[in-house]
Amino acid sequence: MVRCFLIHTVCPVSALSAGESRLLYSRMFGPDEAVLTEQHRELSPEERRLLRKEKLAVVARQVRSAVSLTREAAGRALVEAVPGEEALVLQEADSGVMRLRAGDPFNEEGSAVWLAVHSLAFTLVCEPHENLLLAEGSLRSLSRHCLEDLHLLGQGSEVLLKSSRVDVLLSRLLPHGQLLFLNHRFAQSLEKEVAGYMSK
Amino acid sequence: MYSHGSESLIRQAREIQDSELQKFYSRLVKLLQFKEVSHELVDSLHRLYLILSANKYSRTLPSELQQNLVPLLSSPSEQLQVLSSAVLRETLPPCGEEKNIAQLNSHAAALLLSQAGSKDDLSDLCAQLIRSLEIRPPDGPAPSLMHTLPFVNSILTHCPECLTADHVILLSKKLVDWLRYASIMQVGGASSGGFFSGSRSRQPAPIAELDGTVSGDFFTVLCVGQGFTEDQWMNVYSFSVLRHWLLTYRGVSNDSMVVDADDRSEVDGSVVSMVSATSSSSRLLSPKERLREKSFQYCQRLIEQCDRKALKKTDTDLQKACLVEAVCILDLLCAEDPSLVYRVFPCVKALFGRLSSDLSFARVLVPVAQFYLNHGEMAAVDCESVWKLVFSQFPAELFNDPFLAHDFLRFLRLNLEGLQRAAPHFTRYFPNFLKFLAWDSPATLEDFVDLLPSLVTAGSAVELLHTLLDLPCLSATLVLQLRSTSLPISDPGSRGLLSLDAFRNPAFRGLFLFLLRTEAGSGDTIERLSTLHDLLAEAAEWPRVVHCAQTVPVLLHVYFNTVITVADEKLLAHLILVMLERSNLLLNMPTYCKEIHRVFSSQLLRLCKLHPSLVVDQSQELLEFAGATANVYSKEEVYTHVVWVLGEYLSLSSDSRCSVRLITSCFESLEAVLFEITSSAPPPGSVCPAPKVITTLMSALAKLASRSHDLIPRVSLFLSKMRNVTKGGSVPWCSDEEDVVAIVTRGEELWSLLKTPGVAQSVLTPPPYVNAPRWHRDSNLALPLQLRALTALTHSP
Repeated sequence: MVRCFLIHTVCPVSALSAGESRLLYSRMFGPDEAVLTEQHRELSPEERRLLRKEKLAVVARQVRSAVSLTREAAGRALVEAVPGEEALVLQEADSGVMRLRAGDPFNEEGSAVWLAVHSLAFTLVCEPHENLLLAEGSLRSLSRHCLEDLHLLGQGSEVLLKSSRVDVLLSRLLPHGQLLFLNHRFAQSLEKEVAGYMSK
Repeated sequence: MYSHGSESLIRQAREIQDSELQKFYSRLVKLLQFKEVSHELVDSLHRLYLILSANKYSRTLPSELQQNLVPLLSSPSEQLQVLSSAVLRETLPPCGEEKNIAQLNSHAAALLLSQAGSKDDLSDLCAQLIRSLEIRPPDGPAPSLMHTLPFVNSILTHCPECLTADHVILLSKKLVDWLRYASIMQVGGASSGGFFSGSRSRQPAPIAELDGTVSGDFFTVLCVGQGFTEDQWMNVYSFSVLRHWLLTYRGVSNDSMVVDADDRSEVDGSVVSMVSATSSSSRLLSPKERLREKSFQYCQRLIEQCDRKALKKTDTDLQKACLVEAVCILDLLCAEDPSLVYRVFPCVKALFGRLSSDLSFARVLVPVAQFYLNHGEMAAVDCESVWKLVFSQFPAELFNDPFLAHDFLRFLRLNLEGLQRAAPHFTRYFPNFLKFLAWDSPATLEDFVDLLPSLVTAGSAVELLHTLLDLPCLSATLVLQLRSTSLPISDPGSRGLLSLDAFRNPAFRGLFLFLLRTEAGSGDTIERLSTLHDLLAEAAEWPRVVHCAQTVPVLLHVYFNTVITVADEKLLAHLILVMLERSNLLLNMPTYCKEIHRVFSSQLLRLCKLHPSLVVDQSQELLEFAGATANVYSKEEVYTHVVWVLGEYLSLSSDSRCSVRLITSCFESLEAVLFEITSSAPPPGSVCPAPKVITTLMSALAKLASRSHDLIPRVSLFLSKMRNVTKGGSVPWCSDEEDVVAIVTRGEELWSLLKTPGVAQSVLTPPPYVNAPRWHRDSNLALPLQLRALTALTHSP
């Protein structure tokens, strides 16, 4: 099960302090864990929503720091890319996986699989026993679609104004947070459905 | 990619004025009442979503607007379904459609799920869904069955109790049907011409394997066709949720052996699997056992299918993921039912044989190793070749694969007990494991903080300490190793790197090979360490090496916390010597040396406090260190602490071997140093010693003198001389006047204390029982307490 999918910045943002990350898209799957634990039983829905948002912000910050440390250690210079080079950009993207301890920030332990393309990162937070090979493959596929359908290599503001496209993508490729074993034929079939939606 | 445009959009969404917002809401209500899907409506809904989600704090929509949004959840346009679901998810109070979940589309269902307020809500949702599975109409379009399994799986993650035992049985049966008995014919794909295309009648073709050949066995996720039937889709979903399902319901008591008469699987036409010719008859198994049996067959088939060469790269990646999943599922099945081990092991063993020579399958072999660990004993199989591959080869060759590092370290972390039982020699491979840390410290530090205690053994403690101190060198060496293999010697990029030349130079080969060793036991460290540090001097600025250096102090603390529990005094003495020796044998990085000295100082203090006799034991080496004036300037912090422990613990009460001669010789060494540093300016290139060094030296001399009273006159003489010298004002060995005053004040305190030797002795060398009060057990304290008690008793009315 995937707990959440995030698209967030990994570049310095003027309005934020260094090290913070702007969340451009976030989607949590499944029931709210605060509802089901003893700890947070007395919170109001408003407080629970705030708690969810804070937890996602923590994950984004941690991934941002992991991305910048990885890039610093690798010492490669980032080359600007233009629309049309999605496949190339994905091939050269940095990727990694981070352990999230229980309580930091989710109640249970988890792993954050991330893929960083220039100034944005795509992150999947998975349950501890998840098949990370499958998660990595799914994340690549999701990222490719997001880059293409939201024209992220250009201005990139469509991710804010056309967020429903990501929702539809997720509802097919990651329904309710479920990672799927899709061979190329099954994937093609789902992608055709998604493409039909995007063209409207 | 992320532009000012996006940033200003977010700001606008957050700072929108209330009046503007209300106007927007009323415009939107009007648009919704038109009931047509206009571009403006879609755009406005998108903007509404942005406004609601850009803030941490929630906004409440006017109820009129909210009421108009709810019906959109079941709109025929998917755009409106998605948008209304997204918007309603972001507002409060939660509201959704009051319908049976089985009739909702996936977006509306997702909304319901996110708004569930309690476990009972989730149980209700589950019950509704599963009831709809039971009473499916035999034909005609039913709402999408496909998302049922992901939905239920999502609920299971948080509360498995939401499914009743009946539900579990029902779903187990369904899973068996979908996994094992899905259709093996292709559905004709979309193409020109419709169903009634005339001359070209479509012959249903069988499904194919990933390499193009026609499939000869039952349908799995690795089968392809032009199009897919619903039960083939359900096959994919079933396999996707299978591991989690088995994990959730393992250990649950077996339901009774109910044989279901109308089980679909007994119908003729079901495919006899070639893979499972030896499977036991499935007539008499309970639903849970049948699911296990069919899962086993499915996994076996997958493993066989993965041997085929897929035509597309994405499918090759999928094959690897399927192998991992299949092995994990087989592991679970064997844990549930140990009798399966004899049937499963040959399959896993063959897989290991096939993959062990190909490092690109390393991530698949980690779950295989887990399987061997869990069931190898039961099957009485020799696992040595597995451990050798995993512990010896993987870290050495794949240290730079972040995903393998994560899987590998997780495997170690979760199986420490099992490994200590089945492969206790795994601790010998710590030089290899540390390569993951040296390469990518930020990502792996947490894992090592958890793992390091298990790697500390009395036999390897000294070598481990040296290895930890040289982690930055290992980090630099790994960088050089990779660069050396990727850059040919004639490449211009490799010129100008002195360290790379040194790495390739046969004369220094031995040094680097020692760092790159896979197993411990071939020596604690190398003799030419300083040469190595010089060769790697330029690496001190490489970011990877800097990250690594930052983690070493943390690991040292973890190391020492563990080592004091497993080491005897002899080993601790050895460790003290290592600390003294290594305090100037470190890779030259500015903050690194300081941090390590700080760790050494605190650990030295701790070890000596625990075992005071260590000081007398190692007095010769400690004195050698303390008697070298150069150490005052180059290793100030460590020096200060060495002097302190000498002053504190070089006494008869700590160890009966402490003689007057020893005390005197220590005194003389320290006195000489103190003379030297307070008589002249520091040597060129060094700063003045901190006042703490001088006061510690003075205190130590006073303490030693209090134990051997002939030394008192010498100390007193020195202290009064010091007072006279500093009366003149500034001194060359201390830059701050206030510090000079503090030093002189301390000197005077000690001088006056030493005028009465008896008092000095009890203050400066207190007997042990003063530091460890025993209250009523102490004969000195006990008497007054006893008297008071007696008085109170006898005088009470």
